[in-house]
Amino acid sequence: MRYLPLTDEDRAKMREAIGVATIDELYADVPKDVLLKAPLDLPRGAPEMEVERRLAALARENVPASRAFLGAGAYRHHIPASVDHLIQRSEFLTSYTPYQPEISQGTLQVLFEFQTQVAALTGMEIANASMYDGSTACAEAALMAHRLTKRRKAVLSGGLHPHYAEVVRTISRFAGDEVVTLPPDIFAREDVAAHIDADVSCVIVQTPDVFGNLRDLSPIAEACHAEGALLVAVFTEAVSLGLLTPPGAFGADIVVGEGQSLGNPLSFGGPYVGLFATKREHLRQTPGRLCGETADADGRRSFVLTLSAREQHIRRDKATSNICTNSGLCALAFSIHLTLLGETGLRRLARANHASAVRLAERLAPIAGVDVLNDAFFNEFTLRVRGDAAALVETMAARGVLAGVPVSRLLPGAGLDDLLIVASTEVVTEADRDAFVAAIEGAL
Amino acid sequence: MLDHANHPAAPETFSGDRGLDHEEPLLFEIGRADVTGVDIAEPEPFASRLGALERKGPIGLPGLTEPEAVRHYIRLSRKNYSIDAGLYPLGSCTMKHNPRLGEKMARLDGFADIHPLQPQSTARGALALMEELSRFLLALTNMSAVALSPKAGAHGELCGLMTIEAALRARGEARTRRTVLIPQSAHGTNPASAALLGFEVRAIPAGEDGIVHADAVAAALDDSVAAIMLTNPNTCGLFERDVVEIARLVHEAGGYFYCDGANFNAIAGVARPGDMGVDAMHLNLHKTFSTPHGGGGPGAGPVVLSARLARFAPVPFLLREGGELRLVEHANETQSLGRLTAFHGQMGMFVRALSYLLSHGGDGVAQASRDAVLAANYLRARLRDVMTQPFGDRICMHEALFDDSFLKGTGVTTLDFAKAMIDEGYHPMTIYFPLVVHGAMLIEPTESESKSSLDRFVSTLRALAESAKRGETERFTQAPRHAPRRRPDETAAARKPVLRWRG
Repeated sequence: MRYLPLTDEDRAKMREAIGVATIDELYADVPKDVLLKAPLDLPRGAPEMEVERRLAALARENVPASRAFLGAGAYRHHIPASVDHLIQRSEFLTSYTPYQPEISQGTLQVLFEFQTQVAALTGMEIANASMYDGSTACAEAALMAHRLTKRRKAVLSGGLHPHYAEVVRTISRFAGDEVVTLPPDIFAREDVAAHIDADVSCVIVQTPDVFGNLRDLSPIAEACHAEGALLVAVFTEAVSLGLLTPPGAFGADIVVGEGQSLGNPLSFGGPYVGLFATKREHLRQTPGRLCGETADADGRRSFVLTLSAREQHIRRDKATSNICTNSGLCALAFSIHLTLLGETGLRRLARANHASAVRLAERLAPIAGVDVLNDAFFNEFTLRVRGDAAALVETMAARGVLAGVPVSRLLPGAGLDDLLIVASTEVVTEADRDAFVAAIEGAL
Repeated sequence: MLDHANHPAAPETFSGDRGLDHEEPLLFEIGRADVTGVDIAEPEPFASRLGALERKGPIGLPGLTEPEAVRHYIRLSRKNYSIDAGLYPLGSCTMKHNPRLGEKMARLDGFADIHPLQPQSTARGALALMEELSRFLLALTNMSAVALSPKAGAHGELCGLMTIEAALRARGEARTRRTVLIPQSAHGTNPASAALLGFEVRAIPAGEDGIVHADAVAAALDDSVAAIMLTNPNTCGLFERDVVEIARLVHEAGGYFYCDGANFNAIAGVARPGDMGVDAMHLNLHKTFSTPHGGGGPGAGPVVLSARLARFAPVPFLLREGGELRLVEHANETQSLGRLTAFHGQMGMFVRALSYLLSHGGDGVAQASRDAVLAANYLRARLRDVMTQPFGDRICMHEALFDDSFLKGTGVTTLDFAKAMIDEGYHPMTIYFPLVVHGAMLIEPTESESKSSLDRFVSTLRALAESAKRGETERFTQAPRHAPRRRPDETAAARKPVLRWRG
């Protein structure tokens, strides 16, 4: 087997050194009746070429998202070739969490740079070294707000991605915390402040929201702070921060988001990278790994994982979070892409996205049976279509256009079956827009 | 050779670099806000729809052109140890070879470029792949169902404990059963996960032989117990001999058996957790099934479930109805515990893990486990006369545990010993874990090492142990001297945290 270097001769010599006649003897502690007597009913090993054929055949059964207008939490962007090359460097790809800083300065410096980039992008003071994804970061933010305020009730905006809301509700239900979920807020008109009382630990609001609306968070931040609650700001499209006022400037206390848009492919939903930023005063209640600067024995600048007294491997049942493995390589991809873009490139990329969505909205607006619902948006907006949006998407898919995410996919039974969330990023061409228009006109 | 201790930061060269060992400034010291490494055309004029929410002022993000960026990250990469470059014996982490076929397959357009919310009818291959991976995982564990969505081992622990609580709710016992039994040798994530869900953690002691005995479990059981969390093989590298009896006792007392599957690499294809009475167990695809650790993730932590727990699995889950495969994405009208993450789990890792499993096949997986156990025992046998084992000289599973008794009186600590290994060109083993063993050194060589690689590692460790005993303390206390950095001041880092660059 190509991954196993030991030969039968090696194995024999090793058994001899150990003092056993067979490898079975090494399993003497396993109760006899649970040791497998016969090989499992599984396929036998296969050469690389065969495995490749097999998996390529499965891959061909999927329709890649080129000519796709799908968003709602995951976005298709162009990834510079150097990003994927660099993250495949063995030293990044095949290293463990940097527990031995002397031989992990590469990963550690990247994390320090990543934390700085995330803090700058979100307009916050500090950021951690990444979470699993935006939705789990969102749940961790609610738990952190509970710890900070010693209250246990979260209010979720009706513009929060329904899957994020579900993740928060799931963990809260088991942790014994209360959650108030506001009804779907298609036009960004809800009055969140009316739901903040002295029991509320945090309000969780997304902008751009799941319907694509842009929200001014300042009044919500004020309303939160007046009642001693915290504002958790969420974004699922990191590129939007190139053009939009960052949550930090609105007075958000914790900012969480999905970083997939930069450097990471869609990959059917994972692996992605959760971004987590907050105020410096909340440092010790922050979940996840933190990388800090220090000096080595020769006085040279060095980086280490720090404040681990918050973490599970030290504090065990008193830890701020149970997180161990996070999303290191995806954070690296995010960081490299953002380094390549820089401020200038990120702004341009954001403008290109906004322009792409504005053009699509302009092309769709005149079509009978289609209404663009949003007033302000970034690269994603919601359409009201004649008939059932999910059926429309299936029909358009048959014509080679993946038209968007029907709201009923996220919120079945909410009576929003005629809504379609459509995203248009920089990868969408004029020909794609033509195809979209032709397909939707044909399908309606 | 220059004595660093007496000449702090003494430059040996004019540039500050040494041969292939380059210093690399921070991105923020070399990048410029007006530079970009991505050519993006300015869009044609258009009417903005941002309203009043457009960003004002600079962001603070420097850019690099492509050649500068490539050099920056290549130079940084060279400051990392990696499994590709050397043996990485971190106990409980299973740093095995990461086949490049997995990388190639995960990058096929049909896997990398598919959106989690595109119509399921356009992602049939993805669902089929998830089903096939599930089939392998269920066959290897003899369990009833698998929840694929957990993002890592600790996330899987949450998932498993939630399914257990959901089952207790269905029985009307969720309020009274609030205790989780956890041995002191467990990974820190176990008590952290239990506490996060509001469970009380009750520690159970291990015997002098390093394993948990059925009578200790029996003594800790009462009708407040929701579950036991047991790692098997355990973190001392030993198989929990009483596992079947422990499972029986826990079930009899109305509790469930959660198994931490971090150490599955010892028994995959050799014995199945389902035959030992396990109700829920996470599998770390980034350990046993070779997906790369990536410097700290992404992982993937699918949870296999017994028939008693299967119906409480989180959404989304796969359902095959009349030949048609679909993902059930909403919990309504099911007994599912709900949703744990935005989408369907770590698809990119599923592709890599399945690529590994198809390559190995059932026979290869069993051989890999047996080789991993053989390699650990070989190291144990070759080191037992110079290093000390906390539970006597006995067979181990896929990792060999030593304590620091052999360093007694030498002035060398476990940490010093580990740092000296760095100078010898090795990543240290896991140290000071499990907490129940003094100065623990947990060595997991995995099946990926050749005999000559193991032999070389043995002679290095033997030489170090003998050197420590000879009183050559400085070799250890001053180590590492040949790494990109010497020991960093971790106390200063924690006392005055600097977590971002400030110009």
